Amino acid sequence: MKIALFVPCYVDAFFPEVGIATLELLERVGCEVDYPLEQTCCGQPMANSGCHAEARDTEALFASNFAGYEHIVTPSGSCAHHVRDQLTAIEQTPAVQAVRRNTHELVEFLHDVLGIREFPWAEFPHRVGLHIGCATLRRLREASASEISEPAFSKPARLLGAVKGIEIVHPERVDECCGFGGTFSVDEEPVSAKMGHDKVADHLAAGAEYIVSPDMSCLMHQRGCAQRAGAPIKFVHIAQVLNGARA
Amino acid sequence: MSRVDHAEASSRFIKAKDHAEFHDKRLWDLRRKRDAETQAIPEWEELRSLASAIKEHTLSHLGDYLVEFERNAIANGMVVHWARDAAEHNQVVSEILQSHAVTTLVKSKSMLTDECELRPFLANRGIETMETDLGERIQQLDDEPPSHIVVPAVHKLRGDVAKVFGRTIGTDPANSDVAYLAESQRRQTRPYYLKAGAAMTGANFAIAETGSFVVCTNEGNADLGANLPPLHIASIGIEKLLPKVEHLGVFVRMLSRSALGSPITQITSHFRAPRPGTEIHVVLVDNGRSERLGMDDFWTSLKCIRCGACMNTCPVYRRSGGLSYGATYSGPIGVIIDPTFNLRKYSSLPFASTLNGSCTSVCPVKIDIHEQIYKWRQIIAERHQLPMVKKEAMRIAGKVLSSPKLYRAAVEAAAAGIEKLPRTLVYNPFNAWGRQREVPAAPAQTFRQWYLKHRGGKSR
Repeated sequence: MKIALFVPCYVDAFFPEVGIATLELLERVGCEVDYPLEQTCCGQPMANSGCHAEARDTEALFASNFAGYEHIVTPSGSCAHHVRDQLTAIEQTPAVQAVRRNTHELVEFLHDVLGIREFPWAEFPHRVGLHIGCATLRRLREASASEISEPAFSKPARLLGAVKGIEIVHPERVDECCGFGGTFSVDEEPVSAKMGHDKVADHLAAGAEYIVSPDMSCLMHQRGCAQRAGAPIKFVHIAQVLNGARA
Repeated sequence: MSRVDHAEASSRFIKAKDHAEFHDKRLWDLRRKRDAETQAIPEWEELRSLASAIKEHTLSHLGDYLVEFERNAIANGMVVHWARDAAEHNQVVSEILQSHAVTTLVKSKSMLTDECELRPFLANRGIETMETDLGERIQQLDDEPPSHIVVPAVHKLRGDVAKVFGRTIGTDPANSDVAYLAESQRRQTRPYYLKAGAAMTGANFAIAETGSFVVCTNEGNADLGANLPPLHIASIGIEKLLPKVEHLGVFVRMLSRSALGSPITQITSHFRAPRPGTEIHVVLVDNGRSERLGMDDFWTSLKCIRCGACMNTCPVYRRSGGLSYGATYSGPIGVIIDPTFNLRKYSSLPFASTLNGSCTSVCPVKIDIHEQIYKWRQIIAERHQLPMVKKEAMRIAGKVLSSPKLYRAAVEAAAAGIEKLPRTLVYNPFNAWGRQREVPAAPAQTFRQWYLKHRGGKSR
């Protein structure tokens, strides 16, 4: 299956290892992966700030970079959500609509599209707190939300369950937002940082050695808090764990 | 009118550590109790859909139901008044009171009267208002607005209440025993029920087919008021209408479960007709609601039954406190309602959200709160109400991110740069990220640089 890889701007700039793990994992499960070289960003930072006019050219660039692919896969839930549900600053041509429809976050692509349940090469012998970003949780619906009355499910947890040696521990507020929120993290720095520090503390109290997430932006924020607090906890993207990272 | 600075206000809130921790825990506890109650009802999610549909139907036929309500209320012997805005509401209420020579009013909690700023209006006309809800009374004595629509003084610790009471009603400011404080307030308030010439309540629901209205409370104060003085005035927002009594069953099941995680409020009172020799006046208030009803993206905010569940679940509200919103309505529901009153003044509020969506999930009437927050941001940007710095940052971001060349220059500089800068330069006062967080360490290369090195030439 030929697919395109979208590596979000902040992953490209700060977390290349997450992009590499995603690429390797997709190849490992049999995908032929293109990485369109002119890609930048999905437009979410501007659109989430209300600046649709400023988001327009970036969204147009995204749509043209990824036009024609059967699937577009990205290791970031909020970017996948933006493309699928909110990439509306540009004209909705059939090509744009197809790009939007075909864009998936990595876990849902593995879980729903490819139906993969086994990761025999993966082993992560650690106590892990799972953080599912809010867009991934409530927009992409990769897991049940604690406040909705419905049977519990979690696609990321199900995939991680196939990793040898992993033990998932649960913070008390299992899906409380960590406070990243894009530009919220700087616009509302006091609350954002408080939420991030609270989140890390909750994971620590649950005994987590690592926080694993399909959302690197949340991890960037939580890691920044943990490092400042000197908290003994590490952060790793779910793509790295599923691709066989040991630590 | 100056803009509310939510970030600045929340910074002050968080600095009061004990208060901030208590506030977050107390409201999270309400959220958990709510979860337990809703999960005990297998049809909860169906109830939400039903409640939403009933409200949407009613709002879509609001004129008809209002007229039906008025006709039936008059037939029941009530007097019905209409108020276009807050000024008319206050005028109507004060005229009713003055025509009955009322100088003292006992009032139960009503967000609508707070919205209309009724109390100071009456005070200026020599009419004393006694708030009889405990939380609302604490706030009145402290000369503060309510910080939460259900639990008005939730941001105060009991020591704070002891100080307020010590200062205002003569209790021992060092005694923060809850029973002592509640009893002292009761002793001070109770005589007013006998002394007052009139009582005011709001209403949780007004029923068109019966011309009756329903008040849900936990303290019994509304009922003492409504059943002692000879005059009862109820201020009711026009969105409170329900077509039939049978619809109440849906909402009464949901209201307190959503609000406090209790199956029902202690008291659910139905007011249909005045007792012999007394009067009931209903004031139906618009105050911007008709205008909101005409807004394609925001009219469903009128479905709100004021349960406060969105506030209790909101991680931002819990960590910033209701007063940080600088408005009658705070938390997620406030964020989407307040800009309809004053876009400029409340233009920072839609940004006081991570768009996590938990508010939408708990809303018993399925208001798409976080979607509306997202839409308000767009309107604020379009109407030039964004701070200049933010607008400019977004303009530059849009330019850089839409140009592969500029983008690559920027990320490659970032990847190469941060580590080489001295710490004092990275963590300067203008770096909001770095005040309480480390910035990410710079990698040796960007993903794209790695890709070109290892997979170069393979891709389009």
